[in-house]
Amino acid sequence: MTDEELRKLVLNALASVVPELEEATLVADKSFRDQLDIDSVDFLNYVIALHEALKIDIPEADDPQLSTLNGAVAYLGRRLKKAPSP
Amino acid sequence: MPSLGADMEAGTLVEWLKKPGERVVRGDIIAVVETQKGAIEIEVFEPGTIETFLAEPGQKLAVGTVMALIRGEGERAAAAVVTPVLPAREPALPGAPARAKAAPLVLPLPPAGAVHASPAARRRATELDVDLAKLRGSGPGGAITLADVEGSAIAGTAGPREAMREVIGAAMARSKREIPHYYLGDTIDLEPALQWLEAENLKRPVPERMLYSVLLLKAVALALHGFPEFNGFWIDDGFRPSARVHLGVAVSLRQGGLIAPAIHDADRLALPELMAALRDLVRRARSGGLRSSELSDPTITVTSLGEQGTESLFPVIYPPQVAIVGFGMVVERPWVVAGAVVPRRLVSSSLAADHRVSDGHRGARFLSAVGRLLQEPHTL
Repeated sequence: MTDEELRKLVLNALASVVPELEEATLVADKSFRDQLDIDSVDFLNYVIALHEALKIDIPEADDPQLSTLNGAVAYLGRRLKKAPSP
Repeated sequence: MPSLGADMEAGTLVEWLKKPGERVVRGDIIAVVETQKGAIEIEVFEPGTIETFLAEPGQKLAVGTVMALIRGEGERAAAAVVTPVLPAREPALPGAPARAKAAPLVLPLPPAGAVHASPAARRRATELDVDLAKLRGSGPGGAITLADVEGSAIAGTAGPREAMREVIGAAMARSKREIPHYYLGDTIDLEPALQWLEAENLKRPVPERMLYSVLLLKAVALALHGFPEFNGFWIDDGFRPSARVHLGVAVSLRQGGLIAPAIHDADRLALPELMAALRDLVRRARSGGLRSSELSDPTITVTSLGEQGTESLFPVIYPPQVAIVGFGMVVERPWVVAGAVVPRRLVSSSLAADHRVSDGHRGARFLSAVGRLLQEPHTL
């Protein structure tokens, strides 16, 4: 999966918890929490959406790496290389 | 038109999701209604066949207005007498008295397959008289955003924030005017619960992970079993306790304001079920899709400030409820355990309750019971 595909996938997962997401104003290396005022339930729903789209397990300890657009694309790219989805 | 809150006066029918002639059962979503709280899905109360619709999309209807006729099982067609379904200005009570058989409805959120738009965009569109179906969404997944709506209309004044602020203001003014509040506060050692939860989450796949807030909710729901005077409604100068625990959960909305829909029978849900219900409720509060019963029947509310709040809070009761439990932000502080000062993660709890129904002594015992339950998280 290319970085661009991953980026779209992350944005889709995010849009499932932030329907009013304005992609153009999202800063790629700033945390979603700070920009979008999402709470812990929203964040969990977002992580679950990623998990369901990619079928990879995501340990709770890795959550911080998913908290920005750039961070999530990089993290998921690494995870997919190591353990290709079935 | 059902009342979805103490101060709702009217709602606008957005669309019918069923057709005349269709059979419906209790819980079916029959229509979407736009209120100051956003678009809400209206549920059917009693089974039957839809006889006719008496309202058209776009119409603004006062609470109590009959919107549709549903012919009950075995009833003859065209029942002539129509009774308003819900008492105006009061939420439906759980187990409300049987309604006239020509049973009207309740309401909902943006249905799947319909126009995908945020609640803010939807509200704005109604205000500006913009047809969402004619807009092209610029958001992810083609969702219509607030900017799309505003961009498509020329001008427009009173925004959705003002509308929701009005609703909250009216409910809270009534609360402070009519309810003699008393307040209690406590501090709960959350360390045992958090450690238990962290260990538990290591064993769980992502979709089954749990958040500590679900432990707080369950502790409140269970504690109510011993304290029925905090669970129910103050209606017509009297307290009506509820045998069921429908826990209102305050959800802060990003576009401004907040909403506190109910998780039904929260005391009877296992933690994983309660977590799933909470995730679902928050998701629908964000995207539109709350149901009429969820807005009209919370028997008590819980408000939790989460990670970006303050240490303590003093909540205001949402009428006609008679109590609200608040939790502050979890903080790490020095704490004395078995004679030694150790760092512990703590949370402050608070209770605002109605003096017409209970006193501080009982309130204190209730709040203590919540704290005690959280010391044994595996029993929740």
